Amino acid sequence: MLKNCGFRVALAIAIVAAAGLTLASPAAAAGKAKVGMITTLSGGGSGLGIDVRDGFLLAIKGHDNIEVVVEDDQRKPEVAVQLADEMIQSDKVDILTGIIWSNLAMAVVPSAVNQGKFYLSPNAGPSALAGKGCHPNYFNVAWQNDNLHEAAGAYANAAGLKKSFILAPNYPAGQDALTGYKRFFEGDLAGEVYTKLGQKDYAAEIAQIRASDADSVFFFLPGGMGIAFLKQWAQSDIDLPVVGPAFSFDQGILQAVGEAALGVKNTSQWSKDIDNEANKTFVADFQAEYGRLPSLYASQGYDTGKLLISALDVAEVSDPEAFRAALEAADFASTRGDFAFDKNHHPIQDIYVREVIQEGDVLTNKIVSVGLEKHSNAYVDDCSM
Amino acid sequence: MSASLIIEQLLNGLQFGVMLFLMSAGLTLIFGVMGLINLAHGSLYMIGAFAAAVVAGWSGSFWLGLGASLMAAALAGTLVELLVIRRLYRRDHLDQVLATFALILIFSESARWVFGDFPLYLGVPEFLSGVVKLPFDISYSKYRLAIIVVGLAIAAGLFLLIAKTRLGIQVRAGEGDREMIAALGVDISKLYTLVFALGAALAGLAGALVGSLQSVEVGMGEPVLILAFVVIVIGGIGSIKGALVGALLVGLTDTLGRFLLPVAFKAVMEPAAATAVGSALASMAIYILMAAVLIARPSGLFGKAAG
Repeated sequence: MLKNCGFRVALAIAIVAAAGLTLASPAAAAGKAKVGMITTLSGGGSGLGIDVRDGFLLAIKGHDNIEVVVEDDQRKPEVAVQLADEMIQSDKVDILTGIIWSNLAMAVVPSAVNQGKFYLSPNAGPSALAGKGCHPNYFNVAWQNDNLHEAAGAYANAAGLKKSFILAPNYPAGQDALTGYKRFFEGDLAGEVYTKLGQKDYAAEIAQIRASDADSVFFFLPGGMGIAFLKQWAQSDIDLPVVGPAFSFDQGILQAVGEAALGVKNTSQWSKDIDNEANKTFVADFQAEYGRLPSLYASQGYDTGKLLISALDVAEVSDPEAFRAALEAADFASTRGDFAFDKNHHPIQDIYVREVIQEGDVLTNKIVSVGLEKHSNAYVDDCSM
Repeated sequence: MSASLIIEQLLNGLQFGVMLFLMSAGLTLIFGVMGLINLAHGSLYMIGAFAAAVVAGWSGSFWLGLGASLMAAALAGTLVELLVIRRLYRRDHLDQVLATFALILIFSESARWVFGDFPLYLGVPEFLSGVVKLPFDISYSKYRLAIIVVGLAIAAGLFLLIAKTRLGIQVRAGEGDREMIAALGVDISKLYTLVFALGAALAGLAGALVGSLQSVEVGMGEPVLILAFVVIVIGGIGSIKGALVGALLVGLTDTLGRFLLPVAFKAVMEPAAATAVGSALASMAIYILMAAVLIARPSGLFGKAAG
């Protein structure tokens, strides 16, 4: 009887010890986390989502403490919302990430962070989430939407441009773009045009630029719209400098634009020739893993992964206060070099001016100057954090 | 605002209209002759552009690419007609919409599967690149001018085909009474395949011509498809003449609207607000035009009166 009792006690101790061991072991290594990635993998604009996903998965390769569920939002807000609910309720993820488009982010992020989940944005940075709608659990690892356009305005000043013709699609990110450019550009406007979202023919706009007295053109036309504009611009024989954010000059679409893009200045927080160890490793590993050059989207996905790893090294997701502090510290080697979060959880970073060049038979970008140094965003003071 | 700018914008509108005509001619023929709503017409446009981009990239010749676009789209059209569409003629329009919508998804995902997720490159041939000086001090893109010429030539060819040839007589008869011409010994199913392939080839050509100005990517066909439907609704379903007039109307309304409306609003309000209101209204202009035409003539400008 006593013997039997002793056996039971031993068994109990063994069970408790084993349980303690399983509880203790992750703390000894790194915290575990389950990540839900909602991104665009099919339909128009899927190149961006695929790059973000590939960059993120490359960053966390070999980190078994991070489990990832990847789903395709098809660039539809309602699909994204449904996926987020599913991931939070059935997959029990701790962290969400991946969304490319601002309208999808607006549909998913506020509800997710209000349910106590963390959201790390690898791309979309709508002003609403940077200012009044900021949240302690929301971190943007890419940029606030206006940033690259602001740098383009600063570059135009530095280049001595006095009269810009500016155009963007007529939707919130397009309006943010022109606002961002105008916030920094000190010259006058020769014209300001909003085009239809998805428009592919710019003959009417190019004719207006030709007839105006502009000395430069600024445009924000992401994806296929930018390809179309640049090809038609090259056919027009108008000899004016063109400036734009990197979204029309990323590695994924440059080859489709062709020589029309050569020499065009564009602004970006990342470029494959930024000289630091993290970036060299990233560019080499990405090419080895996927057989293509990375884009800025891939670098954003990669930095998001590295940020997550750095936070999990020092804190558990189950302890939100500590985990949040670990994210805020941003103690990771960014592909962009210096990287810090401002108090509204958006990056403070250098934004570069790049030029499109030809390397062998591949079109790519090289840095020519720094557009804005240690740049934050215009919405910090609207955020109550 | 100078006269030369207005003339340039008129040319731009004409060029856009001619492009839309190539898309809508096939769509209206297929609807008119076979009574079929083909949502996958935009996919044929995409196939043309991809075929042109691949062949031109591989051979270095724009003209081989153009030829490839015609052949690939016609071939795809023929296959689709034989394998899928043929089973749908007797069905309800809703079944046709469902089946051809499925075709869009199949074509788009197959294109992504074969060509990857990133847009392809298709350029303008060397001797058509740059601008040409026209009278009144107008600089106009040679390539766009060439599109206008080619498009108008194809329009003329189609009119001759429909009005003068045996095939044209059969097509018109098919529109009028398909049981009767079948009874008269015309092989109606061969005629349908032929018309479908012709419509597909025109869409493919449009895709290749536009692809060298714009971007060759998955999903490029659907926005154009919507415009093509607007065109045939305005022009009257089944009428080639209607498609031409409708396409030019839509092309001119859209281009001039984008250009003139913001200018007009600037006369009465401050520039930033005028730009916003003007561009918003400009993107609605063609739909307002369509609504106005439908109120005045419910079956379109050249459509047969209903009933």
